[in-house]
Amino acid sequence: MQQFVNTALGGITLGAVYAAFALALNLIWRSTRIVNFAQAPMAMITTYVALVLIDEGYSYWVGFAVALLSGLVLGAVVERVVIRPVEGKPDINAIILTLGLFVVLHSAAAIVFGSRFQSFPAPFGLRGIEVGGTSIALTPFGVFTVVAVATVMVLLVLLFRYTDLGLKMRASAFGPEVARLLGVRVGRMLTLGWALAALVGSLSGLLIAGGSLVHPAYMDSVVVYGFVAAVLGGLDSPVGSVVGGVLLGLSLSFVSGYVGSELVPLSALAILMVVLLLRPGGLFSHVAERRV
Amino acid sequence: MIRRFTRVPLVRHLLLALVGLAAVVVVLESTSPFRNAQLANVAYLGIAAGGLTVLTGLNGQLSLGHGAFMAIGAYTTALLLQDADPALPLVGVLAVATVVALVCGVVVGVPAARLHGPYIAGATLALAIAIPSTALFFDDLGGEQGLNVLVPDLPTWILDAAYFVTGNEMDRTRSIAYIGWVCLIVTYVLLANLQRSRVGRTWRAVRDDDVAAEIAGIHLGRARVLAFVVSAGCAGLAGSVMAMAVRITAPSGFTLNLSLLLLSAVVLGGLGSLAGALIGSALLTFLPQVVTDVGVDAGLTDVQAAQLSPLVYGLVTMAVILLAPAGLVGSLRGLLQRRRLASAGN
Repeated sequence: MQQFVNTALGGITLGAVYAAFALALNLIWRSTRIVNFAQAPMAMITTYVALVLIDEGYSYWVGFAVALLSGLVLGAVVERVVIRPVEGKPDINAIILTLGLFVVLHSAAAIVFGSRFQSFPAPFGLRGIEVGGTSIALTPFGVFTVVAVATVMVLLVLLFRYTDLGLKMRASAFGPEVARLLGVRVGRMLTLGWALAALVGSLSGLLIAGGSLVHPAYMDSVVVYGFVAAVLGGLDSPVGSVVGGVLLGLSLSFVSGYVGSELVPLSALAILMVVLLLRPGGLFSHVAERRV
Repeated sequence: MIRRFTRVPLVRHLLLALVGLAAVVVVLESTSPFRNAQLANVAYLGIAAGGLTVLTGLNGQLSLGHGAFMAIGAYTTALLLQDADPALPLVGVLAVATVVALVCGVVVGVPAARLHGPYIAGATLALAIAIPSTALFFDDLGGEQGLNVLVPDLPTWILDAAYFVTGNEMDRTRSIAYIGWVCLIVTYVLLANLQRSRVGRTWRAVRDDDVAAEIAGIHLGRARVLAFVVSAGCAGLAGSVMAMAVRITAPSGFTLNLSLLLLSAVVLGGLGSLAGALIGSALLTFLPQVVTDVGVDAGLTDVQAAQLSPLVYGLVTMAVILLAPAGLVGSLRGLLQRRRLASAGN
């Protein structure tokens, strides 16, 4: 029983991180109809920025804030410089570009920050909370993770549903021509979408790094898990991303705890395939008509 | 008369294959064992990239999981070549590895055929990460250390024939390079014929306009699955050659970077062009050494310099997509066509 509870709690914390990552993918998808495969290395770079500051002697929260801000800037720069030229071209071009960026950021980080494993601090305790004399697998930092991701999700839902800005962003994604005729500055909206997404991605990078080790490839598996989580929830819905992330975190945690951690990536692939076969648009999608 | 004869694609491809084979013999016989090993590397990357360029360039499906199919081919080969006296001849081993990868290609290709754009990219990405990790789960596959591959000697009649032609004794490295290049030539002849056949035309039709293709009576799913399976088979054969060339098959040889490297080779050469896939593979085999030497001269440590080559190939891949999406071969072809049109106009 205790193992079951602990596996489930571990899965929820893990799921919250995947959810944050899926939210970032989802934001970019909603604003530019592109899946950003370079999301993970971008988050890795901003985590290193935080680590450098913390090693210089600044407090954790200064590093945290600067990492989020640098994520915002990095996202905007990537959209303007790399993605803008392939707007409206076949989507294969944008995918290959983000993959190229993946490789570039990876090796750049290894050259600048070094390839060795470095430990990353956490602002809250990493010991399990005591409940009735036994400690369970939920740490104060885990609670912080879940709360942070839930807050981001609520803010995004509010942004897209209840503000002018969110409406303009959605309009730019769905009908750039029409939006332009109606006076929306489409280019700016696209840049803003990427910037926000990179900020959310940076948050997930910081949450994964907290209390564990950082190295240039520490986010790589999250690319896949974040993508699976985003697809589970349908790439269009923030709530779906979070539910998908938590579901995936739970499933993978049980596979890892009861079968073997080597099979976790294969299980993620199996889950993805099954979902795509049964509901190609994800669990939370509006059914859209496709011609073929 | 001769001209009419060379217009037939099959004849032209076979003639090219013969010329290619002669060039391979000359180059392999006149280079050092170290270069032979590098050329074997070009051969197996080229086989996999050829399969990928047909899938992506002709059928428009992006696969980031071809490293996984190479792993499947390589592990099959390693399992078959555990003893010094294997049950199957080498040709049989190569064939079995290809068939196993083909079967796995069906398993992945059937669901993948229903996917579009980012979904298929994400699914194949998950495959690239899942397969090497799964190899760790089974004790028979050697875990983190991997499996040693014992390559048997070539049959004596081949060695004698080679000695008769070249006048050199054939060592092991060179014989593996030969195996790789013969496989590459056979694969490319088959792929080139497939491109020019009815099958290739249906693939292109599906890529360019799936609605029109379906109205014309093409079964979309079947065309996509077939393209995926052919391409997976090529990757399996490439993995088989790789296992023989590297002589060890371990999960660390099939990281996500391998799949991304293949994609870079294909993009660099030009999507859909077999010559381009081969040029891209050659560039990505010889580039790391050059770049690393430059890095060390510029004062980087060895560890940092080793990271320079992925940095360069990543940047080049992005530059190609942004500046010349047709790749090397495609851009050259375009240039020649424009010049021909200009001279025809005068």
